[in-house]
Amino acid sequence: MALDRFFRRRRPQQQGGADMPDLWTQCPKCKEGLYNRDLETNAFVCHKCGHHLRLDAAQRVTVLLDEGSFTQLSGAVQPTDALAFQDTESYPERLKRAQKKTGRPDAILTGTGAILGVPVTLAVMDFAFSGGSMGSVVGEEIARAAEHAARHGTPLVIVTASGGARMQESALSLMQMAKTTVALETLAEQGLPYVSLLTDPTTGGVTASFATIADVIVAEPGALIGFAGPRVIQQTIRQSLPDGFQRAEFLLSHGMVDAVVDRREQREYLASLLGLLTRREVSA
Amino acid sequence: MTAPIDTLKELEARVRDLEVTAQRTGQNLDAAITPLRAEVDRLRAAQNPAQPPAPKGDPTRWERVQLARAPGRPTALDYVEHLCTEFTELHGDRRYGDDPALIGGPARWQGVPVMLLLQQKGRDTKSKIKRRFGSANPEGYRKAVRLMDLADKFGLPVVALVDTQGAYPGLEAEERGQGWAIAESIRRMLNLRVPVVNVVIGEGGSGGALAIGVGNRVLIQENAWYSVISPEGAASIIWKDASKAPLAAEALRLTAPDLLELGIVEEVIPEPEGGAHLNPQQAAQAVGEAVTRHLRDLMAQSPTDLKTGRAARFRRLGAYTETT
Ligand SMILES: [Zn+2]
Repeated sequence: MALDRFFRRRRPQQQGGADMPDLWTQCPKCKEGLYNRDLETNAFVCHKCGHHLRLDAAQRVTVLLDEGSFTQLSGAVQPTDALAFQDTESYPERLKRAQKKTGRPDAILTGTGAILGVPVTLAVMDFAFSGGSMGSVVGEEIARAAEHAARHGTPLVIVTASGGARMQESALSLMQMAKTTVALETLAEQGLPYVSLLTDPTTGGVTASFATIADVIVAEPGALIGFAGPRVIQQTIRQSLPDGFQRAEFLLSHGMVDAVVDRREQREYLASLLGLLTRREVSA
Repeated sequence: MTAPIDTLKELEARVRDLEVTAQRTGQNLDAAITPLRAEVDRLRAAQNPAQPPAPKGDPTRWERVQLARAPGRPTALDYVEHLCTEFTELHGDRRYGDDPALIGGPARWQGVPVMLLLQQKGRDTKSKIKRRFGSANPEGYRKAVRLMDLADKFGLPVVALVDTQGAYPGLEAEERGQGWAIAESIRRMLNLRVPVVNVVIGEGGSGGALAIGVGNRVLIQENAWYSVISPEGAASIIWKDASKAPLAAEALRLTAPDLLELGIVEEVIPEPEGGAHLNPQQAAQAVGEAVTRHLRDLMAQSPTDLKTGRAARFRRLGAYTETT
């Protein structure tokens, strides 16, 4: 029973009720019941309405990388409660809960692998862990991934999914915006490409640092991407926000991202792009 | 209160040993070194007469937040008037517009030619509204990037005075890429080959403050605050109640002494008794002295050392443990 619950929590979206057994997931957008096995073969995109369901980090790796190519780098760096942060709950308790839920020390998974044979270093944020918030561990692991890519001469792909910087580490979280930038500059000095893939949602300190200084910025269809959250903006301007505001397509039309790419086409897109940017020759 | 000299010397030696070991073995010992460094900084600060006097009826964190917002607290331009003999404000980002919330230009800071970047809140209601209380739009950050380009080109040290509750959370700001503009400003400042000294002179709210906050030396006034989120913002998230801001201020550890302890700032600049607003002249003298001292120190460094030293400073910030 405990094990069953554990697995259920790891599924991408909430499961249906009694009439919707664990084999099915309901599309959060069109409410269609989707057979989990079909969903997996369709990169967790609703076959009816095209909605891109949120993925946890492990699912993202599966969707992006060649099967069996992933070697994990992250995992040794563990969060700590440097501020003894206490609100309605202590920070260590929050961490413990998120760690149990996701099986990770923090909201990040990094490693190496290949996309259609093109070697990459990959960092994936895990929204399931505390809303993908960026604290010291996320900053450090992203920095190390960038430095690993620089050392080993591979391109870097970072998949973002984050509500922003983590409140419980206060100014230390804020400094991760600078730390990640420093490491990405090390990669840039090597002339190696960095591509960010912005997924739903990407906001706050992540949008205002490493996510948007990529050489090429790709967004997933329908993803919410912005600096300030829609609710905060609404409070400021005291009027309702236009349809599609801060969505991937809105950003494309405002010139802020290079492309909006369907998840089922991302592997081809990235392999081609990275191959060109690293001047990989292929036999004609 | 004087720090026990022996302890400080011991700690400094320990930090040096660890740094040498890390370099020699290629091991990452940041987790061990960072807290020691913070302790060294704290002990050094306690010895340094330029620091505020030891605790004696110190204000609470929330009281300091209120002092940072006190009516009549000197704004960035007040410091410029006290400390600079020349200031040529340069306008516009060459892309969209000119942001009155983030201004700057070349100036002579206590005799030293510098490039100023200023978050300017406004002094009266009319100018406060015009300047959006120091909350910049993307064009403000893009202007900052342009001015930093000039500083790099002409070898002018950058002095950045931080005073904002955060970047402006507006609809148009989002359309024009607020996050993109902040990220570019951070990157530009980190890559500068000239000295950069930052002072948080009031409020240091989130990424909007960090955008011009990533220098070689980051200083903060005694009653200024600097945090990932405002106390009100944190209270709204935690308790769904902005009036719990005093509690959030405690949890966030956002005061100058807190930041010194965390190793996020190099120095706390003392304020006149009761706060900078009670004696702006004296407050300005202290800011001027501290900035000029750090500028002189940095101006002796090579362009490469300035850039790599700054990068190393931010590369090591953070708190984590490591399993083997
Ligand atoms: Zn659907």
